[in-house]
Amino acid sequence: MRGSTLAVEGDAICRRYGRRWALVDVTFAVPTGAVFVVAGRNGSGKSTLLRVLSTAIRADRGTARMAGHDVRTHPQEVRRQVAILSHHSYLYEALTALENLQVAARFLGKSAERTALLPLLEEVGLAERADDPPLTFSAGMRKRLALARVLLQDAPVVLLDEPYGQLDPPGFRLVDHLLGLFRERGTTALVATHLLDRAAALCDQGMVLEQGRVSWTGRAADLPTQSGLAAAGLPEGD
Amino acid sequence: MQLLAALHKELLLQWRTKAQLLAIFIFGASSLLLFSFAVGPDSSALRQHAAGFLWLGLMLSSTLTLAESFQSEMEQRALEGLLLLPAGARALYYGKAISNWTQLTLLGIGLIPLMVVLYDTPMPRPFALLGVIMAGAAGLSAPGTLYAAMTSQARAKQTLLPLLLFPLVVPVLLSAVKATSLLILGDPMGQVRDWVLLLLCFDAIHWSLCGFLFDRVVED
Repeated sequence: MRGSTLAVEGDAICRRYGRRWALVDVTFAVPTGAVFVVAGRNGSGKSTLLRVLSTAIRADRGTARMAGHDVRTHPQEVRRQVAILSHHSYLYEALTALENLQVAARFLGKSAERTALLPLLEEVGLAERADDPPLTFSAGMRKRLALARVLLQDAPVVLLDEPYGQLDPPGFRLVDHLLGLFRERGTTALVATHLLDRAAALCDQGMVLEQGRVSWTGRAADLPTQSGLAAAGLPEGD
Repeated sequence: MQLLAALHKELLLQWRTKAQLLAIFIFGASSLLLFSFAVGPDSSALRQHAAGFLWLGLMLSSTLTLAESFQSEMEQRALEGLLLLPAGARALYYGKAISNWTQLTLLGIGLIPLMVVLYDTPMPRPFALLGVIMAGAAGLSAPGTLYAAMTSQARAKQTLLPLLLFPLVVPVLLSAVKATSLLILGDPMGQVRDWVLLLLCFDAIHWSLCGFLFDRVVED
């Protein structure tokens, strides 16, 4: 069975916004348990690819399989297997940090008790702000809360769109720690980032998108030297 | 289970934004006051049209309530986040529609004393009137929630929502006004029951059809 060894398979994915193609024939595969980086400049199609894989939007052509389920024909099954950290925080501004997690927990059929959810907030460094609404949070704190929501889902496949964006150095270390945690648990992670050195150190494999097309695939460790992105001016570290 | 989760979320959001509820009540009350100014001091005319004014006030206020109910869902794309959990689209719809229904019913109940005072109407049978208010509010909230979802991402949503909603709820409005009017002015022919039945039929159609269509609205 294909799905048993490959957690994510993209098959000639194409997606356009109006007349502009954001993704063109993107084909790739990610083994189960791997941490896979999707690198590229701004506007290269990284976020669009992750949104297609999460079933937030549909591909115009081609398809993808997530944990063995086709995103086009079985979106609900895919959603049960996938958690996404998006550019949008998916938070309710009027509810507190804890209440935001409680809302998600109830839909997931998990315990919404304060005692069950506080450890998640502790893990992302927000336990002291559990009763404050995201309205009073900085962008980095919102990202931490969104990360806590991803952890709550405990999905076998995790999609992280620019997880380092808006975070401070302790936040960078938090994401590094979480990627290590995903690896330990056997969770497959797709990380869209342009921080090449971090990706090289923390990810197993990767690919580079340029104007919506796959321009390079290989070992993540080779990303800074062989992908051509560093030469094109993308940052190699934080 | 998911419906309970959706309802819990809606009630929590309503509680957190209760100041807006007060603003919407004030808007409804102002509408009733303005209608009375427009008709003038003719108490017979005011009494005659009291039911119509009450439902017009409720309908105008409903556009604010309905549009507001999707504001928090769109700010950080929270609705998309719930759908990706995955939360069932129908559970989300019925949670929001029930919440909007509750709000409109409470608003209707709040406007009744004002109607009695401003339009000099006799106090109608309270439980019968409550039933009509609930049935009428249900007829507004079910399609209103669907159209509020459809227009929530449009630039001209404040204009689009009433444009789409008002023609659709004309039968609900007519039945609700007629039933309320008969309760206020007297019902010698025993027609209230028929109008309420008609209203309930519209409710049944709206609540079943809109729940089915919401899935397509949010997924596409």
